[in-house]
Amino acid sequence: MASFIAIIISAVFINNFVVVQFLGICPFLGVSKDFKSALGMGLAVTFVMTLTCLITYPIYVYVLVPLNIEFMEIIVFIFIIASIVQMIEMALKKFSPTLYNAMGIYLPLITTNCAVLGVAELVIDEAQMISILGIKSMNMGVAVLYGLFAGLGFTLAIVLMSGLREKLARQPISKHLKGFPIAMITACFIAMAFYVFALI
Amino acid sequence: MNNEYKKIAVDGLITSNPTFKLVLGTCPTLALTTMAMNGIGMGLAVTFVLICSNLIISLLRNAIPNQVRIPAFVLIIATFVTIVRLVLDKLLPSLYESLGLYLPLIVVNCIILARAESFASKNTPLKSVCDGLFTGLGFTIALTLMGAVREILGSGSIFGLKLWNFSIAFFASSAGAFFTFAIFIALFSIISEQVEKKRKIAKYNLFDAQKKTEVI
Repeated sequence: MASFIAIIISAVFINNFVVVQFLGICPFLGVSKDFKSALGMGLAVTFVMTLTCLITYPIYVYVLVPLNIEFMEIIVFIFIIASIVQMIEMALKKFSPTLYNAMGIYLPLITTNCAVLGVAELVIDEAQMISILGIKSMNMGVAVLYGLFAGLGFTLAIVLMSGLREKLARQPISKHLKGFPIAMITACFIAMAFYVFALI
Repeated sequence: MNNEYKKIAVDGLITSNPTFKLVLGTCPTLALTTMAMNGIGMGLAVTFVLICSNLIISLLRNAIPNQVRIPAFVLIIATFVTIVRLVLDKLLPSLYESLGLYLPLIVVNCIILARAESFASKNTPLKSVCDGLFTGLGFTIALTLMGAVREILGSGSIFGLKLWNFSIAFFASSAGAFFTFAIFIALFSIISEQVEKKRKIAKYNLFDAQKKTEVI
């Protein structure tokens, strides 16, 4: 139980994917202009990240390592992610058109989201996972849980950002700071807030 | 003809600089610029992948069917990233360590896919290689500049050489990365606007002078 809570705290706050590890910055800056689309993007990414961990971790451990072809991991992972995204898109289109309309436009963007490939690469790095989560050994369950909560951490950051940007949109801002620069200064303050968790 | 290559060079380095103007490939830019050396390492790795992927994609541009072009591009890019990773692991293990997770993530770096989609799939191999080289160098210069500023302010050294004992920890932290990047983009926007203004005035003066001579 204690390690379960440790995983949550570490994945969501201390090692937040966006503001601490700098993964998934593109959607964080690009799709955070309003609350609704930020939440949609966050949940879509969380779903894909969890599913990716569920599939890539066993493939790495039970297929690539026994065959001694670990160097193929990048090609295999990106192929799996692209296929997952494509399949989700087709399934959503067929079974739930409403959800497809809400999430559909974000799905193609997720293939090239570094957070998804990042989490797949991170969970197979056993030494690093043990050091950041404080657990004894890696297994499938931890990998999937980490994927899920890292995705929720991404959702938290992007939702916070969208709230701040909605407020900022109505403020008078210098022409040169408009757009990306002011978004990054906002992200700077969010990063400072998350930095406090690392001190605990 | 020569003019065309000059335009590609100026576009890649300055007018559509991938980092400061287009704001692409932000993840490695923010994460790896704590040290100038990392910036150079990452920049050159991306440049190599960009040149090779641009060349192959441009050679295959008529062979790849339109519907499957994105998966095909990604597979080509992933192959070159794997090569870079294996070579760096053997030749420069210290750089390999410090780039860490961000080395495999070159695959999903938007700069490479953007150049493949918008340039290499429409132009000749030679032009595409040229575009890859200059876009990559633009990225490298941007990363090195940011890395130098953050290293000087954040740890009081440059390229690992100690300058003084004064340092502001903020610039080495993740919040400092966002802040430095924001300042750089804003400065780039201000400078390019000033240059554009000057150029317009010069053009106007030239036009004016021509008119006067015509009258005379």
